Amino acid sequence: MKFKVNGTEVFASTGGRPFDKNKPLIIFVHGSGLTHMTWVLQTRYFAFHGYTVLALDMPGHGLSKGESLKSIEEMADWVSNVIDSVGYKEASLVGHSQGCLVTMECAARNPNKIKTLSLMGGAGAIPMNSELLSLAENNDPKAVDLMMDWAHGPAGHFGGHPVPGLYHINTGGMLAKSRTIKNTLGVDFRACDNYKNGFEAAKKIKIPTLSILATGDKMCPVKEGKKLADLIDGSKVEIIDNCGHMMLLEEADRVLKVLKNFILSNYPAKLN
Amino acid sequence: MTDKKNKGTDPKTYKFDTLSLHAGYQPHKNAGSRQVPIYQTTSYLFDDVDHAAALFNLERGGHIYSRISNPTVAVLEERVASLEGGTAALATSSGMSAIFLTIMTLCEAGDHLVVSSQLYGGTVNLFRLTLPKFGIKCTFVKPRDTEGFKKAIQKNTKGIFGELVGNPGNELMNMPEISKIAHDAGIPLIVDATYQTPYLCKPFEHGADIVVHSLTKWMAGHGSSMAGILVEGGKFDWMQNDKFPTMTTPYEGYHGLSFAEEFGPTAFTMKARAEGMRDFGPCLSPQNAWNVLQGIETLSVRMKKHCSNAEEMVKYLLGHESVAWVSHPSVPDHPDHELAKKLLPNGRGSMIAFGIKGGKDAGVAFINNVKLASHLANVGDTRTLVIHPASGTHSQMDEATLKFAGLSHDMIRLSVGIEDIDDIKNDFEVGFRAARKPRLVSNQ
Ligand SMILES: Cc1ncc(COP(=O)(O)O)c(C=O)c1O
Repeated sequence: MKFKVNGTEVFASTGGRPFDKNKPLIIFVHGSGLTHMTWVLQTRYFAFHGYTVLALDMPGHGLSKGESLKSIEEMADWVSNVIDSVGYKEASLVGHSQGCLVTMECAARNPNKIKTLSLMGGAGAIPMNSELLSLAENNDPKAVDLMMDWAHGPAGHFGGHPVPGLYHINTGGMLAKSRTIKNTLGVDFRACDNYKNGFEAAKKIKIPTLSILATGDKMCPVKEGKKLADLIDGSKVEIIDNCGHMMLLEEADRVLKVLKNFILSNYPAKLN
Repeated sequence: MTDKKNKGTDPKTYKFDTLSLHAGYQPHKNAGSRQVPIYQTTSYLFDDVDHAAALFNLERGGHIYSRISNPTVAVLEERVASLEGGTAALATSSGMSAIFLTIMTLCEAGDHLVVSSQLYGGTVNLFRLTLPKFGIKCTFVKPRDTEGFKKAIQKNTKGIFGELVGNPGNELMNMPEISKIAHDAGIPLIVDATYQTPYLCKPFEHGADIVVHSLTKWMAGHGSSMAGILVEGGKFDWMQNDKFPTMTTPYEGYHGLSFAEEFGPTAFTMKARAEGMRDFGPCLSPQNAWNVLQGIETLSVRMKKHCSNAEEMVKYLLGHESVAWVSHPSVPDHPDHELAKKLLPNGRGSMIAFGIKGGKDAGVAFINNVKLASHLANVGDTRTLVIHPASGTHSQMDEATLKFAGLSHDMIRLSVGIEDIDDIKNDFEVGFRAARKPRLVSNQ
């Protein structure tokens, strides 16, 4: 679905069901340089089970217009504006990687608006490898290739996509190459590197929070994820073994199962 | 994301030879079986009603029924996608069904395609005679006529189709240039790369958007199994224009799904499977998928030998008194010699066409007298194969079509195998000897 936020056209997948204001809203926020498509194996489930879903393309990413936002704080305010723009007063947020920083900052800034927070492959800070950052800012496709290498666990490197016939590394790579790398990945990596408020934001969060971490995650290791979770009151941690940073695709079913249990019990849809 | 483990900038994703053995398969999810198991199965249990609905709605990945997908076939699909550098693949019961499914996923009645004139005979028939029955028309253009491809594009053209090295005339199409023409017109380039395999050429690196293969040939190598596949590059933007409404708008044929919005770089394969495989049903058997996987394990080893034997045969034929001409992109005066160097750096393939002195009768005598080389309607076997197209594969063509397809009566098509090169040459000597006295031999 296309709609406007601050006057600029935005695209969000509604998970294959019509946008329906009578259902609770879940917003999915993708990671650096990626798009709404990373969420396809979670969003459709919720859309078919009583929720209104918006898997966003961040400005300048995927099918959204405008320029990429330059800081995590701006992105957090933008997500909050999305909720207003579609006429909602509240929402549940789900983030992956950079999307965790964004949703966490958004939840800290909007304590009454955000009802639950689910973080996948999140950490309090994501300092960037300087080489990777400079490759991305210089528009070098090698930045994407390196990211795909580090983002997939040992099993994901062989394949075994939950959707028959799809190959992880090339699908992810093509998503990240769908727009000009320096304008998406380059800007995003810089924003992650600059963001220092993660641990402070975490301390302010008082809503039900779930962290899904993966044992083979080289980008946001379990240890870092746990450090963050420890700062969030009563937050729940789920660990997915044999899986890398792209857990939402590599182990889509296991991730969906824990996400489903968490959201259904903390932000239930009224089934009619 | 810390620096510690990064010892340099090269990604450590697996490379070609490793992928050809491992891609698409995780032993720990298959009872630890090192070799890919054959799931000789048709249907897969649902956990509950909700799980069943989720699979049908494409909410979750997984197998439902082996016409749509099968665990063994899926390994083959991922393996070929990985080798081609593609995002996704869909395996089919034959190369022809891969081509048919590709066209049926792309086109509707009233659409048009621009097609290279030098294609496998069966593909020519599909485009020339069969697709028009479904309201899909084609304009044929000679592979070297790059401008001709541009001129042939109409408002309703939905794609350009060709074989990189035309069969059997060995003419190359300028894939990088022709892909630009296709992309300027907002349509995809589809390449049949059967003769190259990803070992010799990865068409996605040269602008192709969809690759099709007859896996029956070099990919399998053993000549035991029919199989085909379509592979998606993932770069083509289906939403750039309104030419592909069944990809880009809520599609009645699949619960109002917009494939391009939902699946982006894998949209074409998702649609080919969800609609094409569901409704036409040319699925690959698990046994044949497994057979092809055995071949792919040794793809690069075999292709090296195919190519070195082919180059030896080219030298031998060029120096032979009974040979009028030799066509292979490795021959320096081949018109596409330079382009072939660029597009086929690992070898120019193992298909050779040559003219035998003495014309059609000599050709027939040669074919009838070789013993090691097999006379049959296939290419890309590990064994050396020969055929005389004018009387074999292309015999359904009239004189004019034959000429347009770049064929002549003295032409012999040779698919060089991986036998000992001396044995192939010795066998050819027997054939040539017979060809020099055709009448005598054919009377025996
Ligand atoms: C280049 C090419 N494409 C497609 C095909 C058709 O493949 P299959 O025989 O597997 O249906 C062939 C078969 O000879 C071929 O040579």
